[in-house]
Amino acid sequence: MTQRALSTPPRSLRLSVEGNGGSADRTFGAIGAGAAGALGLVLIGVAASVARVAWPSIEATGLSFVTTSAWDPSRDVYGALAFAYGTLVTSFIALALAVPVALGVAVFLTDLGPRRFQRPVSSLVELLAAVPSVVYGLWAALVLAPLLRTTVQPALARVGGPLFRGPNVGFGVLCASLVLAIMLLPTIASVSRDVLRAVPAELREGALALGATPWDALRLVVFPHARRGVFGAVLLGFGRAVGETMAVAAVVGSRADISPSLFAPGYTMSSVIANEFPAASSELHVAALAEVGLLLFVVTVAFNVAARVLVARSREGAPRWREAAPRPGAGEAA
Amino acid sequence: MTPELESAYRGRKLAARVAPAASGAAVVLALLPLFAVFAYVASHGARALSLTFFTEPVGVRGAGMANAIFGTIELVVLASAMGIPLGIAAGLYLAEYASTPLARAVRFSADVLAGVPSILVGVVVYAVVVVRMKQFSALAGAAALAVVMLPLVTRTTDELARAVPDSLREAALALGAPRWRTALFVVLRTAAPGIRSGCLLAVARVSGETAPLLFTAYNNRFFNESLLDPTSTLQVQIFTYTMTPNDDWHAQAWAAALVLVTLVIVLNVLARRLVAEEESG
Repeated sequence: MTQRALSTPPRSLRLSVEGNGGSADRTFGAIGAGAAGALGLVLIGVAASVARVAWPSIEATGLSFVTTSAWDPSRDVYGALAFAYGTLVTSFIALALAVPVALGVAVFLTDLGPRRFQRPVSSLVELLAAVPSVVYGLWAALVLAPLLRTTVQPALARVGGPLFRGPNVGFGVLCASLVLAIMLLPTIASVSRDVLRAVPAELREGALALGATPWDALRLVVFPHARRGVFGAVLLGFGRAVGETMAVAAVVGSRADISPSLFAPGYTMSSVIANEFPAASSELHVAALAEVGLLLFVVTVAFNVAARVLVARSREGAPRWREAAPRPGAGEAA
Repeated sequence: MTPELESAYRGRKLAARVAPAASGAAVVLALLPLFAVFAYVASHGARALSLTFFTEPVGVRGAGMANAIFGTIELVVLASAMGIPLGIAAGLYLAEYASTPLARAVRFSADVLAGVPSILVGVVVYAVVVVRMKQFSALAGAAALAVVMLPLVTRTTDELARAVPDSLREAALALGAPRWRTALFVVLRTAAPGIRSGCLLAVARVSGETAPLLFTAYNNRFFNESLLDPTSTLQVQIFTYTMTPNDDWHAQAWAAALVLVTLVIVLNVLARRLVAEEESG
């Protein structure tokens, strides 16, 4: 009994503290809770108000909204399949391009790179993340797309196949995927770097002491330990890719088509909202765009929740003094 | 040594050489677009910059972007005034009441909110503010940016306030300070440098946000006369000009991009310097 009392002083501390402040403390707590509650309300509000705006379209189109791809606001025909397809294809291609490079950067920053380069490279990668997406859009539309049209895509067309076919205008799925890849890279690289850093130093040292090369240590010890977290980083990148709007809207070509060719113009969920919402004429058009937004919301929230759970769990694997340190109420036995 | 062992040994030796080189190559590949973007923005932007760019609004002949520059700053200041105090209050609450169910739920929703595409924030503010006020306005745009800032500021404050050692809290409480004074004058003050830099990063982030402004602040060819008028911003103006086929407008867009990127990078560097000073001091 005494033992227990000794190990949990903050409880009694807290009781005495309530006496210190009285009503001022209650006010303070209420203000904080109000601010925090507002944040929770914002999230619920986002979902609720998007759903409310989307309701006429949900009623009018039903399931055909997600199973058809015809999108013609002038005749009030709305099917969002082409947008979902475009979002998924651009995001997957972007991931396929970005993940190997991002992981390379991450291991450079934690294990393989010379120490004196690690800090400058780290800041440069963060700078890559700081450039506004509309600037990437400008660059992609005026520099990258012409480059694709004149050099890259003719070369790919010579390779042939269903992926590299059709009219070559520069703007299209390939261009959007490339610029997305550039934008995802810093996200995936920096989260993976944090996850790899959280692997306990003893494991690395143990492997190296047994005669492993740094690469062996990484491959056989560090990476397996951090696998889940790295997967979380990739999911986080996917969530960003799906939601990315401005750069994609500038170069994706803006046509609601499902075509296997990467040269073909496409459309994504976020970019159709950006392009059509400001000029949407009828109430049903606005509602249909909001329903696209609702789909987008569900997809990104699902991916973000999954990613955060994975990253958090993989961090728990490492002893972090900050986590281990007592919190108010957790007790700091003397 | 048996031949198998020797070949395994050679393989390991080769991998030990190739892997660092490959990771170095990945770094070069990753930074290539960064340099390409900077080079284009700097060269094309500098060529198109002129005095009128900073003094005349978009709508005047041979014009500049004075109204857009003003609009970006106006919206960011307004958004910070809404988002930062609310975010700090919420973050402090999360840190000081870390174990209550409300705190856990809010922390989770802040994380989720940070991952919601910003264009959806625009849709929401359109539905809640613009439709009700029956017009696009600077106020609506600022509200949208504030919502984007909120989870960033909240989580930074939360993380940093939780990193403040409990011994400081206990010392303050033992001296008879009530909890609110402990939170404001001990915890918040200890964590302040980091929180300041976190706020600067959040400001930098929303300075470049475009998607939530497309149908909240909308656009304007002249200075907005009040907070209730549609307002031009550098971001939206860059996007508008990107989507035109006009070379003069493209030049203007590059110049605007140069101004915007400079603004964002200055904010980022300031934020990092704050952190560095804290670490060295």
